[in-house]
Amino acid sequence: MSNDPQATAAPLTRRVRRRRREPQSALPVRLTVNGQPVERQVEVRKTLADFLREDLGLTGTHLGCEHGVCGACTILLNGEPVRSCLIFAVQAEGTTIETVEALASGETLHPLQAAFREYHGLQCGFCTAGFLMSALALLRAQRQPTDEQITETLGGHLCRCTGYQGIVDAVRAAARTWER
Amino acid sequence: MKPAPFRYVAPRSVDETLALLAEHGAEGKILAGGQSLVPLLNMRLARPQVIVDINRVKSLAYIRRRGDLVHIGALTRQAAVEASAVVRRYVPLLGEAIRFVGHPQIRSRGTVGGSIAHADPSAELPAVLAALGGQVVVRGPSGERVLSAGEFFTGYLTTALDSAELLAEVRFPVAGGRTGHAFLEVARRHGDFALVGVAAVIQRADGKIGAARLTFTGVGPGPVRATEAEALLSGSGPGRPFAEAARAAAAGLDPDGDIHASAQYRREVASTLARRALDLAWQRSGGAAR
Amino acid sequence: MPTRWFGERIPRNEDPRLLTGRGMYVDDVRRPGTLHAAFYRSPHAHARILRIATDQAKALPGVVAVVTAQDLPERIRGPLPKLIPHPALVHHKTQVALAGEVVRHVGEPIALVVAESRYIAEDALELIAVEFEVLPAAVDLEAAAKPGAPRVHADMADNIAAHHIQRAGNVEEAFAKAPHVFRERFTMDRGSSSPIETRGVVAEWDPRSHQLTVWDSTQAPIRIRNYLSDLLGLPQANVRVIAPDIGGGFGPKIMMCYPEEISIPWAAMMLERPVKWIEDRREHFVATNHERLQIHDAEIAVDTDGRILGVRTTYLHDCGAYCAYGLTVPIVSGTTLPGPYKIPNYHAEYRAVFANKTQTSPYRGAGRPHGVFVMERLMDRVARELGIDRAEVRRRNFIQPHEFPYDLGGLIYQDGVRLVYDSGNYPEVFRKTLDHIGYADWAAQKARYRREGRRVGLGFAFYVEGTGIGPYEGCRITVEPSGKVYVATSVGTQGQGHYTSFAQIVADALGTDVRDVIVTTGDSGAFGWGTGTFASRAAVVAGNAVALAAGAVRQKTLQVAATLLEARGDDLELAEGKVFVRGVPGRAVMLGQVAAAANPLRGVIPQEWEGPGLEATRYFAPPSGAFAAGCHAALVEVDTETGLIRFLRYVVVHDCGPVINPMILEGQVRGGVAQGIGNAFYEKLVYDEQGQLLTQTFMDYLLPTVAEVPAVEVDHVETPSPLNPLGIKGAGEAGVIPVPALVASALDDALSEEGVRITEMPLSPSRLREILREAQTAPTPA
Repeated sequence: MSNDPQATAAPLTRRVRRRRREPQSALPVRLTVNGQPVERQVEVRKTLADFLREDLGLTGTHLGCEHGVCGACTILLNGEPVRSCLIFAVQAEGTTIETVEALASGETLHPLQAAFREYHGLQCGFCTAGFLMSALALLRAQRQPTDEQITETLGGHLCRCTGYQGIVDAVRAAARTWER
Repeated sequence: MKPAPFRYVAPRSVDETLALLAEHGAEGKILAGGQSLVPLLNMRLARPQVIVDINRVKSLAYIRRRGDLVHIGALTRQAAVEASAVVRRYVPLLGEAIRFVGHPQIRSRGTVGGSIAHADPSAELPAVLAALGGQVVVRGPSGERVLSAGEFFTGYLTTALDSAELLAEVRFPVAGGRTGHAFLEVARRHGDFALVGVAAVIQRADGKIGAARLTFTGVGPGPVRATEAEALLSGSGPGRPFAEAARAAAAGLDPDGDIHASAQYRREVASTLARRALDLAWQRSGGAAR
Repeated sequence: MPTRWFGERIPRNEDPRLLTGRGMYVDDVRRPGTLHAAFYRSPHAHARILRIATDQAKALPGVVAVVTAQDLPERIRGPLPKLIPHPALVHHKTQVALAGEVVRHVGEPIALVVAESRYIAEDALELIAVEFEVLPAAVDLEAAAKPGAPRVHADMADNIAAHHIQRAGNVEEAFAKAPHVFRERFTMDRGSSSPIETRGVVAEWDPRSHQLTVWDSTQAPIRIRNYLSDLLGLPQANVRVIAPDIGGGFGPKIMMCYPEEISIPWAAMMLERPVKWIEDRREHFVATNHERLQIHDAEIAVDTDGRILGVRTTYLHDCGAYCAYGLTVPIVSGTTLPGPYKIPNYHAEYRAVFANKTQTSPYRGAGRPHGVFVMERLMDRVARELGIDRAEVRRRNFIQPHEFPYDLGGLIYQDGVRLVYDSGNYPEVFRKTLDHIGYADWAAQKARYRREGRRVGLGFAFYVEGTGIGPYEGCRITVEPSGKVYVATSVGTQGQGHYTSFAQIVADALGTDVRDVIVTTGDSGAFGWGTGTFASRAAVVAGNAVALAAGAVRQKTLQVAATLLEARGDDLELAEGKVFVRGVPGRAVMLGQVAAAANPLRGVIPQEWEGPGLEATRYFAPPSGAFAAGCHAALVEVDTETGLIRFLRYVVVHDCGPVINPMILEGQVRGGVAQGIGNAFYEKLVYDEQGQLLTQTFMDYLLPTVAEVPAVEVDHVETPSPLNPLGIKGAGEAGVIPVPALVASALDDALSEEGVRITEMPLSPSRLREILREAQTAPTPA
């Protein structure tokens, strides 16, 4: 099967994989993270959030609740904002993941990040990465998001510091300033 | 909050899934969107030995209209339903209700099948299914069976699925002509589970109420159809006894109280929401506002 | 480049780091060989521990240690330190690192597991078996306060930790003679600060250098350092505690010493490997201090014009199972209650009560919300009973601008100092607020809403907030040869923007760009003296220490530069990172060059320099607190059928004196308002009769989202404080303090037809409908 995308895997693994899928405790996972290919062996119960933070050292994504309410752990999976505490790393096989670390270009902030700074959309910064990734997905999908769309997107996140106004103002501003 | 150890497998086809469920279903759990299951795993409130991840069974994700039914594959993401022109046009009640399910970040992973199979008593989709008289297609070792909502939802977080079975498809009847719908909900915060939710459908006939459907969520172990109120409304002559029907519907409820709302609150708000939803459904059916 | 940074809305220095995921919070600390900890916590509210079986847990592959109380050295086996003693606090009970004999609240730690991963550590918890003798629990506050209630501490006769009275004037006489006396009972229920970052500790012990390094999510790193030194028998110089980036503090992270803050460093020393413990969210709900539950019986005596003759309140304060932090919250309630009003006769009496629940300690507001709730509700009551406009009745009682400093008649504030308001202009704050919210034609507007079938109410609430208390804070400023300025201070930062606001003060003094001032906070290794970030004091106390140190560095700079430029110090200016002769910009030297010149390799330095370098360390110890004030007003709409509420408008007028960075200040206010809205309508910790906490996740403990929090309009009044060189007052808690009172005021107004009178917080849609029903069926009050 020369057009098998997994042709680069070790032949033994392929044979085992084709024979029958049996439940496993650990599995290899291959995915793209912030544009880089990644391959690791991982325990199946390890969440994507823990995988990103511990195995890949991408500590910009934070854990606030581990039950899918606070949104601090939000990353983009194939462009969609998802709670990485509710996905196991093995489930991310073959996907494209973007985390907050991918936004800036060197020392230059992404327009969305610059807007957060200008409009005081963060204080302690702990929830911020999650907000940024959700807002990023929104702005990619909508040239001129309505206030309702902004509220709907940001409503899936908790912030304890800002009272949200600075965040809303920042997303509105970024919609104008980010050329896309 | 880390889950207890489990083994994991990700089948790629329905047949493979069924084979795995036959072998591991008793001590296993199906993982679809994970928005309900993974919190339980993280809190160790659920401790299956095996997780069968069906997210790679692409054949289970579709939205198709065939005749009088819209068929939605169990793995269809709630976000896809929200964005679907087919749903918006042919099952508008579902299109309205889906926007109350959590937040966009939940809906990008959560699935229609997952929500139906989880059968949370405050969830929106089971109420929509019951209100519209929809069906659930279940596949198992002995083949396929089709169940009505009433047959499928058997109790608090319980369904007629047995451990070797897979919910494969959900079917919603296409909305008829001169039919209006409304889905309303009261929640503590935007996006929370409903304290009380109501789905109403009214079909006009000769300028009067022809048929009516009224179903609640958040007031019982599963979706609760207000059959008495429906009877009161259907063919009720030129009147529009929405308030009376709403009161009758609420009187027939026996909700539980909890830390978020008392039983009395749920009953009273059920009446209020039913009245508002019937009003709205009537107007949307083309009927004049009161 | 502006020459003045103080007062400017400057974007924050720390933002690029935080925005790009390069913050370092405790869980981001990565040390080679780190082990991970989890705690076995009590499932019972009150029980004797009969037996703990840990063998199975120890045998699990990947588990390195399982520790119980008997394994701890004696120094840390007993009750942990008492923090703030008080003569009234007769029973100053504190928690232990690991419970060995008795557990007194659900969540109290009993065993510590250390393993290769948190996953394995949690697996091991399930293999620990503890045999308990379950004891009756004291849960309900009033029941716990009664004689005969199950005793939380067996060596006490009851559950009363403290009984404390503060008085001014003669209330008995005042009430006896008063034409009108109104009585009410007020309840505020338990809440949690719930920062998005839970607590955490990483500890690393180097046995070769005998150094202990601890990263801790604490608001008081220096004090934790001191306690660790004492408890673990190490020199203070050998212990370094770093509070790195902290994901929100709000008070409970100032509590010292949480059990984990002691057991984790000890475990690291014992195992000679770094140990990390990160509290998960469910743990946080039971293991991090709560606050807010108090029940007040209050009465107000007024004359026929509504002038206050006296106020009296008796209240119960819920300590939970211990009261390590002491009586700050109930003391603050009693001393905040008088507010902006002249109250010639006052009596505040409370009992602090133990119960088998998580311990309590200050959470943003720290008792002020209660004081304001009681006083503002009483004022609204007076207005209604006497038929006086509720704004007018307040105006008649305000302390006037010319009456400062205003002595409250002998009350003692939380800092142990006689309560005296330093400055303020309450009528002006009030006038601005009412103006903004449109109070003057509210009656007509309300009627318009009513005709549309809408129930809308206008509420307002006034508060005076004690801020900026001592004992002290310090700061060291050093200019390096690069020209960059390094500021080290002891307070920690949990989002308040100290990296920027302190830099603004320094940049003004030294004429540099604010971005060239690098601030370090919260590291005992960088600066070893201080108290902590709490009680709206960091900007005031640390900020003034920063200003004093900056002033000293400025003087030294002029002194050294005078030598370099062969000019007199008086003729020199500092601006744009340079020192130059006034009027002769060409005769200039860079700030960094001056720093280098102040530290020559050879030769002689003048005596008057008092040492090398451009560096100074200064402390600021305020003589008493500085009193900020403010007023919130809002339009709140109620759907009477569903009990849901909506804010149509929200206005804040705040007076914290001169404002260092208005953008940061407004952020603090807005964030506080959001938490206040949580306290009013969403956030309630619920215990059942057995002392089980029913609200242990974010699904049940509801934090407001963007959809529940309105846009807040903020305006200012500035009455500088005479008590510190910058004239500033604190603002960290201003947003949260009056919100419950405000919401109650608005709901009373919206539901005035039904005669609703809100006396409890938090509410919910269900409870609001119940209150409406009760009001509609109740006989008309006399």
